[in-house]
Amino acid sequence: MLRLLSFALLLVIWWVAALAVGGAKLPSPPAVLQVMIAEASSGALFLHLGATLARVALAFTLAMSLGSAIGYLMGRVKLADRLGDPWLILLLNLPALVVIVLAYIWAGLTEAAAIAAIAINKLPTAIVTLREGTRALDRSLDEMASVFAMPRWRAFRHVVLPQLAPYIAASARSGLSLVWKIVLVAELLGRPNGVGFEIGVAFQLFDTPRLLAYSLTFAAVVLVIETVLVQPFEARANRWRPRAA
Amino acid sequence: MRLEVDITGKTFRSAAGGTHEVLAPVKFALQSGEVGVLIGPSGCGKSTMLRIILGLDHDFAGHIARPPEARIGMVFQEPRLLPWRSVEQNVRLAAPEVTEAKLSELFRILELEAHRSHFPGELSLGLARRVALARAFAVEPDLLVLDEPLASLDDALAGRLRDEIATLVASRPVMTLLVTHSLDDAIRLGDRLFFLSPRPARILAEVPIGIPREERGEAEIAAIKAGLARDAS
Repeated sequence: MLRLLSFALLLVIWWVAALAVGGAKLPSPPAVLQVMIAEASSGALFLHLGATLARVALAFTLAMSLGSAIGYLMGRVKLADRLGDPWLILLLNLPALVVIVLAYIWAGLTEAAAIAAIAINKLPTAIVTLREGTRALDRSLDEMASVFAMPRWRAFRHVVLPQLAPYIAASARSGLSLVWKIVLVAELLGRPNGVGFEIGVAFQLFDTPRLLAYSLTFAAVVLVIETVLVQPFEARANRWRPRAA
Repeated sequence: MRLEVDITGKTFRSAAGGTHEVLAPVKFALQSGEVGVLIGPSGCGKSTMLRIILGLDHDFAGHIARPPEARIGMVFQEPRLLPWRSVEQNVRLAAPEVTEAKLSELFRILELEAHRSHFPGELSLGLARRVALARAFAVEPDLLVLDEPLASLDDALAGRLRDEIATLVASRPVMTLLVTHSLDDAIRLGDRLFFLSPRPARILAEVPIGIPREERGEAEIAAIKAGLARDAS
């Protein structure tokens, strides 16, 4: 209820501001909605949204699985940590734009280049988070598993993984928001479709209603994915914890 | 089955760089059906000795002979349950072969029936310790190691749990190693008592108890205690 009220307030402020500065700079909500409906009925909205979502899904899965595995290894094995750390610092501090531009130069304006560039941007944060999680693992439970001769996979699944779950959830959440931002830049620079491409077109034409229509739809999709996928996963991973008051 | 412990020494390097001797030469053996008790002052190195016997610490001088197929049941000082798994899952994960009948029996003896689906975070320390006991017994161990399983419990509960441990130990042939600093627990449960010195630990005296466990009444226990006190002085 409170959330709805807060959302309505946002709409009201937007509308008032639109009336104040004029439709060219900030179109009113109905004007934007009109463009959304037009783009949706022509099918363009879904095409671009689908292309973007597919890129997000691929790059996110790639970065999360690779990053989690590397992070776990670096948290467990000292040698891996010492060898990997300089690379990690370099990757962490490399601007997203540099990675995207280099990927397009080296691999051409291809889908693979775009996805790899997005994944590389997300990779180091996943590694860092999972490395911290692995370092924080409770040794006393490892010992318990070893004394009771639990097979490796069972110990990993029931002893290690639940301890890593909050770190995986945190890394998924921050990673998803990072990927959402970067995917648009990658599309703007070198893809012929996707929300980022459309925003680029709208920018060149100074077409604010179109720009807002695409970015707001995109934000809505992000919100839905967040509530439907990420939050339930977090709740399930934490269900054994006593609830906060 | 037989457990032979022959540790010739264990040193530990502290963060400051010095080396400390934790264990002096320690040698003893344990047969199936026997309860050995390690009694010593806090910090004398009992837990270190257990970690070596359990194969968690390989950095020591000496030799441990333990049948490789021996199943181990362990009750740690802290319960060490998985907080994200229910009481029943905690037991089943350690003992996947346990039958429903055996599990019900254990939960009945330890009065855990009402807590099967609870998470460890919802249990009191006394209950959590009982779950740890249930887990150790569910694996039907050949070697049962109990590291101060009754510490920090009130006398009534400790007494009841002690009786339960005695019942469970009597129910099958198992080598049991109990660590405690309570002489009372040691005399009530043990067949052989090993008195340890302060750090670095060595065995000061090995005292067998001749009277079978089930025949030890209050009078016999008082007599054994008096005898120990006489020997010590």
